[in-house]
Amino acid sequence: MPSHPTTSRPSYLAMLSLLFTFFLLPSIVLAQAEVGQANVEGTPIVPDSEQIVVAPVTSLIAADHKYDDGEMIDLSWVPSIDDQLIDGKVIGYKVYRLEDDGEPQMITELAPSSNGYNDQSVERGKLYSYFVSTLSSNAETPSVRTAPVEPQREWLNYELLNVLIIALVLGGAVIYFIETARRGKKLFVRKIAGIEAVDEAIGRATEMGRPILFIPGILDMDDVQTLAALTILGRVARMIADYDSKIFMPVSRSLVMTAGRETIKASYQAAGRPDAYNDDMVTYITDEQFGYVAAVDGIMVRERPATVFLLGAFFAESLILAETGNSVGAIQIAGTARPAQLPFFIAACDFTLIGEELFAASAYLSGEPKQMGSLKGQDVGKAIAMAAILIGVLTVTIGDAWNVEWMQNITTVLTEIFSTK
Amino acid sequence: MEHFALWLGGFLTLGIFSFLYKDNPWYKLTEAIYVGISAGYFVVVYFWDNFYSKFWVGVFPHKRLNEAGELIAGVEPDYWLIVGGVLGLLMLMRLLPKVGWISRWPLAFIVGATAGLWLINYFASFVMVQIQNTVTPLFGMDYSASLYVIVGNIVVAVGTFTGLVYFFFSKEHKGAFGSAARVGIFFLMITFGASFGYTVMSRMSLLIGRIDFLFGDWLGMIK
Repeated sequence: MPSHPTTSRPSYLAMLSLLFTFFLLPSIVLAQAEVGQANVEGTPIVPDSEQIVVAPVTSLIAADHKYDDGEMIDLSWVPSIDDQLIDGKVIGYKVYRLEDDGEPQMITELAPSSNGYNDQSVERGKLYSYFVSTLSSNAETPSVRTAPVEPQREWLNYELLNVLIIALVLGGAVIYFIETARRGKKLFVRKIAGIEAVDEAIGRATEMGRPILFIPGILDMDDVQTLAALTILGRVARMIADYDSKIFMPVSRSLVMTAGRETIKASYQAAGRPDAYNDDMVTYITDEQFGYVAAVDGIMVRERPATVFLLGAFFAESLILAETGNSVGAIQIAGTARPAQLPFFIAACDFTLIGEELFAASAYLSGEPKQMGSLKGQDVGKAIAMAAILIGVLTVTIGDAWNVEWMQNITTVLTEIFSTK
Repeated sequence: MEHFALWLGGFLTLGIFSFLYKDNPWYKLTEAIYVGISAGYFVVVYFWDNFYSKFWVGVFPHKRLNEAGELIAGVEPDYWLIVGGVLGLLMLMRLLPKVGWISRWPLAFIVGATAGLWLINYFASFVMVQIQNTVTPLFGMDYSASLYVIVGNIVVAVGTFTGLVYFFFSKEHKGAFGSAARVGIFFLMITFGASFGYTVMSRMSLLIGRIDFLFGDWLGMIK
C-alpha cells in the first residue's frame, strides 16, 4: 500500500511560516512605512529595483472655481510623460488634499490621461493645497504641492452677462409698454379666433338653457396658465352674469377653488348681480388627476353643458375631457401652453388657443395695462429673435459658402450674444 | 385577502370602462369611490410629505447620536423653514373672511418667486439655445451637407421663423406677414399631427397594461 502524501504536510507549513516571518513580513512593513512617508512629505517613493518608476504630473495648479458659492476648487495638470496610450506605465492618478496644512487625505482616484479634477467638497474660510500622485502598477510618484487656495463666493456670474443684458432689454420693453398703456394709449393686439367665439358660445348656452362648464386645468395657482385661465374666467363670468346663464367650475386644487370663487364673485358684483352668485358654482373635487377626470366626465354627461371651456395646464386628461365634451354636443373652447396636449384639443374642440395665445387672450380680454404691456414687451423679444434668426442664417450660410469675412464676424457676434456658455 | 384585492381591482376597472357604454350606476359608484379615496389620500400625503417631513422635521430635527453620544453633524434645525411655515399660515387666513385678503401675500410670493427662479432657465433653454441651434449654414460648411441635412436645416430655420411670426400679436396677419404666419401654422399643425400619433401610441400601452391586469392578474387567462 502506497504511503499517503499528506503525512509530510506539517513540515511544509512550518517552512512557509518561517519564510513569511523572517523575510516577507519585514518587507511589507518597510514598504508601508515608505508609502506613508511619501504621502506625508510629498517626495518620491524610493523605488527598489523591481518597482516601476513613473514621472510625476507637472504644472499642477489649484484655483478657485469661478462664479460659484465658494464650494469648488479646480485642479489642472499636465499628465505624466509616462502616461501613454501604447505601452504606458501609468495606471491612474490619486489626488491628495491638505486642509489648513493638516494631514494629506486622498480625495479621489482618476483614470490614466486625466488632466484635471473639480473638488466639490470644500468649504469657505479654509485653505486647501493639493498634490497628485502618479500610479504605476507597484509604485506612486507624488507631484509638488500647490500653493494654498481658499474657495471664494461670487455674487455675479459674469459668464451670463449677455443673458442679464437681454433680460434687462426685454424687462425694459415690458415696463415701457405697461407705462404706455397706463397713460391711456391703446395698444394694438391682433384678433384671436378663440376669443371671438366666447360671446357666441355663452349666447348659445343661454338660449339652450344649459350650463357652462369651466375647467381651469389641473395645476395650482403658481402656474401661469392657471392665472391666465382665471383672468379669462373673469370676463366669461361677467358675460354669464349679464346673460343670467349658469356656470359650473369643478377644480382639482383648493387654492384654485378659492381664487375661482373670488373671481366669479367679483364678476357678478361688477355686473350688478351679487345676489345671483353662490359658492357652489366652484367645487373642489380631488387633487388626483384621474379621479378629477372621472368626476368631470360624470358631470359632463349628467349636466350636459352647452359650452365647455378647457383653459389652463392639462396633461394626459386633455383628450378624455375634450372627447366627453364633444360627445355631449358642447361648443368647446380650449387653450393650453403644453405642446403635447394641444393636438388633442385641436382634434376634439371647436376653438383652440395655441400656446401663447392663451396668455394673449387673457391680456386681450382683461385689457389690463400690466398684461397688455407684458404681451407687447414679449413681442419685442420675438422681433429680436426673428431678426437674429434671419440675419444669422443668412450671414452664416453666405459667409461660409463664399468665405465672406465680415459676414462671418456678424455670425460670431450673434453667437456670442445668444451664448449660454 | 390578495384575491379580494384582485377582484375589487377588476370590479372597479370594469366600472370605469363601463362609461364607454354610457353613464350608469356602476360608473357612478366607482367614480365616487375613486374621488373620495383619492381626496382623502392626498390630505394624508400632503400632511406627511410637506408639513411633517419638510417643515416639522426640518425645524425640529430628530436627534441622531453617534456611538460616543455626540450629535451627528448635518441635523441642525433649519430655521428658514419657519418663513415658509408663516407663509403657509397666512394662506389659511382665507378661512377667516375679515382677514382673507392676507392670503394673497403668500400667493404673490409663490407666483413671483416661481417666475423669478424659472425666468433665466426658460429664457436660456427655450429662446437662446433655440436661436443658436437655428443659426446654422443651410448648405453645411463649404456646401458639404447631404440633401437630407440641407432639407432639415431649411425646415428648422423656416419653421422657427414663421412660427415666431404666427405668435407675433402686435401686427395683423395680412399680406406677406400673413402668408408667413400661415406657413407657421402649417408647421405647427404638422408638429401636432406627429405628436398626436406618438402620444396615442403611448396611451395604447396604458390600455394594454390595464387589459393585462384584467386578463392576466385577475382572470388568469394570460400566462
